[in-house]
Amino acid sequence: MAQTSNATKKIEIADLTVRYDGLEALKGISFDIYENEILGIIGPAQSGKTTLLKTINRTIEFEPSAAVSGSVKIDGTDVQSIRNVNQLRRRIGMVFPLPVGLPMSIYDNVAFAPRTAGIRKRSELDELVERCLQQAALWDEVKDRLNSLGTKLSGGQQQRLTIARALSHQPEILCLDEFSIAVDPVTTMRIEDILKELRSQITIILVTNLVQQARRLADRTAFIFESELIEIDDNDVIFSDSPAHRLTYDYVSGNFG
Amino acid sequence: MKIITNVFHQLGRWCEPVIEGIIRLCGISAIIFVFGIFFFVFREGMGFFFGGLDIVEFLTSPEWYPTSVSNKRYGVLALVAGTFSVTALAMVLAVPFGLGAAIFVSEFCGPKLKETLKIVIELLAAIPSVVWGFIGLTVMNALIIKIFKVPIGLTMLNGGIILSLMSVPIIVSIGEDALKAVPDSYREAAEALGATRWQVVYRVLLPTAKNGLLAAVLLGVGRAVGETMAVLMTTGHAVNMPLGPFDSVRTLTATIAAELGEAAVGSDHYRVLFIIGVLLFSITFIVNFVTDLVIKGIREKA
Repeated sequence: MAQTSNATKKIEIADLTVRYDGLEALKGISFDIYENEILGIIGPAQSGKTTLLKTINRTIEFEPSAAVSGSVKIDGTDVQSIRNVNQLRRRIGMVFPLPVGLPMSIYDNVAFAPRTAGIRKRSELDELVERCLQQAALWDEVKDRLNSLGTKLSGGQQQRLTIARALSHQPEILCLDEFSIAVDPVTTMRIEDILKELRSQITIILVTNLVQQARRLADRTAFIFESELIEIDDNDVIFSDSPAHRLTYDYVSGNFG
Repeated sequence: MKIITNVFHQLGRWCEPVIEGIIRLCGISAIIFVFGIFFFVFREGMGFFFGGLDIVEFLTSPEWYPTSVSNKRYGVLALVAGTFSVTALAMVLAVPFGLGAAIFVSEFCGPKLKETLKIVIELLAAIPSVVWGFIGLTVMNALIIKIFKVPIGLTMLNGGIILSLMSVPIIVSIGEDALKAVPDSYREAAEALGATRWQVVYRVLLPTAKNGLLAAVLLGVGRAVGETMAVLMTTGHAVNMPLGPFDSVRTLTATIAAELGEAAVGSDHYRVLFIIGVLLFSITFIVNFVTDLVIKGIREKA
């Protein structure tokens, strides 16, 4: 962990366990995420990756059956102790597997979060919307029809719209949950380029089913399997011939199952 | 085994057109019934409509003296005003409460309270209108006299309150369905962006569910316009141009219900009541038609 050991810790996850109706979705997971890194999280379906993201911005609270123990700290503060959960969520950008364009105009989609945070000035919003759409590489395609419905964009465009939206409240952390599931490979590559540029400004957590995507993008990668953290290390180690666990090697090299 | 599947296959080939025909018939029957009702109601009133009724007076005069010996008058303006005033008052009361309750039940309350509320609301919707009329006649009447210090409590206000109580359950249950139909992913996306519950409601849910909510309101209006027994019992049933909520009024529906049994079959009075029926029918038709246009307008804009 040479390159990151002296970086500051952004998120500290300690002994995190999540149960749905008693069924464990995460079993005592502990690791740190550093500032300005891209952390890849890989693992098969149902292994608890999405649940992990949900505990970070506390959207896990939407699931009435979920019980969380252990702690997630952002900048040293336990997220559970944060009184204003909306404030917390504004610090974290979320991108879901399937693009969710809210049923409003492209402009309003991106301006949604700033408006809820109380920004009203048109010029300020205009500037923000343009910057976010630029960052998400969508500006050129939609600049002439900002007032048309966001839900009418194509799947790939909508996903970039949700990225623009996730960036609109200037988050410190960006969580992407299998963002490329509904996106074609070319657009995926464009989004990946965007993410690489964003790394200097924010911490990115990239949950992905595509092992190669984690290999291309991430600085470090965590491998979660059957609700347990098997291994987390620099990409050089995880994708080498000799990661610490045999299971990791089998998974990333495709020998699995 | 093969023979059996073969038989079913053959059966299917024969049955399908039959089933299709039956379903088609079911669909068409709805249209036939509507036009049938319109036709038969109109036929009863037709004789007087084309022979003797002064249509201008019918629509513009507030004088309704169908049983007078010397001076028969068939003006329904007061009755139309009664229907509209009571309905409008009912909607002013019912729409905010109904939509508010729908939002609360769908978005803000816990699962246990939600179940209880839904059962209670459905129970409210199932109370027969004559029972509502009875409540208006006894409880509401006394309350209005006591609170507002007026001589009589069987007024437009009474009718409006009772009608709103009858419409609210409909608005709530249909409105709640409309909100429930908004995908959860919208809520999650909006909340993940840091929106509060309330911001999610008025920025995402209301715009998304507006068609369904409008339908809920209009079903409430429909119930209020068409309601007969409760308004007959609570509004005082006096032919009167209403000037305020403490005036007694009479509605179109209540007039038909109260007088049809008394009118000699085939008389002018009897026929004019059927013309009132046609008028009511036209009002509901126009309300529905306008609603359709509004919803279409909303859709095209979106």
